[in-house]
Amino acid sequence: MKPADRRTFLKIAGSSLGIGVLYSAFPAARSHGEAEELFSALGRTSGEKVSPFSFVQLSDAHVGFNGPPDPLGTKAFERAVDMINALPQNPDLVLFTGDLTHDTEDRTVHVARMKQFQEISKKINVPLIKCVPGEHDAGLDGGALYREFFGESHYSFDHRGVHFVALDNVSRAKPEIGTEQLDWLKKDLAGFSKSAPIVVFTHRPLFDLRPDWEWFTSDGDDVMNVLSAYDNVTVLYGHIHRDDEHTTGSVHHYASRSLIFAFPDPAGVLGPRKATPFDKDHPFKNLGIRTVAFNGKQEPASRSLSIEDIELTAREFRGINGAQQILRTPKV
Amino acid sequence: MKEFRLRIVLLSFSALMLLSTGARQVQADSVPVIDITAKRFAFSPDKITLKKDQTVKLRIHSEDVTHGFFLRPLKLDAEIPAGQTIEVTVTPHNPGTFTTICDHFCGANHGNMNMTIVVE
Repeated sequence: MKPADRRTFLKIAGSSLGIGVLYSAFPAARSHGEAEELFSALGRTSGEKVSPFSFVQLSDAHVGFNGPPDPLGTKAFERAVDMINALPQNPDLVLFTGDLTHDTEDRTVHVARMKQFQEISKKINVPLIKCVPGEHDAGLDGGALYREFFGESHYSFDHRGVHFVALDNVSRAKPEIGTEQLDWLKKDLAGFSKSAPIVVFTHRPLFDLRPDWEWFTSDGDDVMNVLSAYDNVTVLYGHIHRDDEHTTGSVHHYASRSLIFAFPDPAGVLGPRKATPFDKDHPFKNLGIRTVAFNGKQEPASRSLSIEDIELTAREFRGINGAQQILRTPKV
Repeated sequence: MKEFRLRIVLLSFSALMLLSTGARQVQADSVPVIDITAKRFAFSPDKITLKKDQTVKLRIHSEDVTHGFFLRPLKLDAEIPAGQTIEVTVTPHNPGTFTTICDHFCGANHGNMNMTIVVE
């Protein structure tokens, strides 16, 4: 591939990559014929040709939680469902990064909460919903009930040229992946080329964001060592009830906001974690949908997600900043 | 004569055992012990103060379910099984105020189970 082609490719792919809740993978290819050749080249090295699509990340609904600091119950979750269904174009899939439900030792109650989660999520107009557990889903029973409802807690699948990997860092009760899952991850990725687009989704951050708030995965470094062999890895996670971005080598990590009470920026807090106080005048502030990446010139379709109550943290990822993580031109 | 020699050997062995045990006891006694109780969703006491470069033994008992005891700056990463007591030895080298957490999910309010360790 010629250098000029590479620059063109990055411009095409990078200018409209969505980061945050609504992700658009390779959207500009819809209107740029020249991208076809570049995607085909990637497909030859990665095993599957990529094609444009969008997907949504939701996280931390805590169905069953209802009380201080946030009396919203499932309102923010249901609101997010409505917003996704109002999108001009339906996403291909929804990734839910854990804490679907709030924990309880009463199995009957937890079953009811998981059923309620399923009932609400079924209303999303999307063909595919994929989940990983959070500690509130799986921490008390090793993930047994979660698996009854949602299947295996770690797995992978391919979608339009992107390899998605679900990692479970909660079912062992401690914040860890464990050697068995780590071995599985190595085998799962072994067949992919260095340039394959990979999206890992998990509940807790895979790096030390704030260990004394349990915002870490104890063997996250081992996971990152495996992932660092690949050029185009994005990690999506939840747990921290706020948005965050982090870079480990060439890997970018993005946290989704929660659908229940928010946590503050840890940089400004010494000592133990405390939830952000509930603001009854702006009940959905800092929760749910955000849209953070736009095409610089075109009015973004995802703009329709913006709503008044949310402090929109619009960070523009033009050019290679975001795109390189999800799709980098193979070195041919 | 053989019996006498055997007695001497046995006595010497016993003396060595006593000396050895005594030495361990003295060593153990020289390390201060701090008792901590873990119970959903708090540690008691919720704050302890250690001295820089002084070794202490933390004796942690769980009164209910399995809990964790995690503090990366002091390299503390222990698990306290339900109803059991564990001991960890720590020698802090840097002064500061640190938050130790239970990192073994123990229930709804697990996220708020922590205690403070001050190193002076």
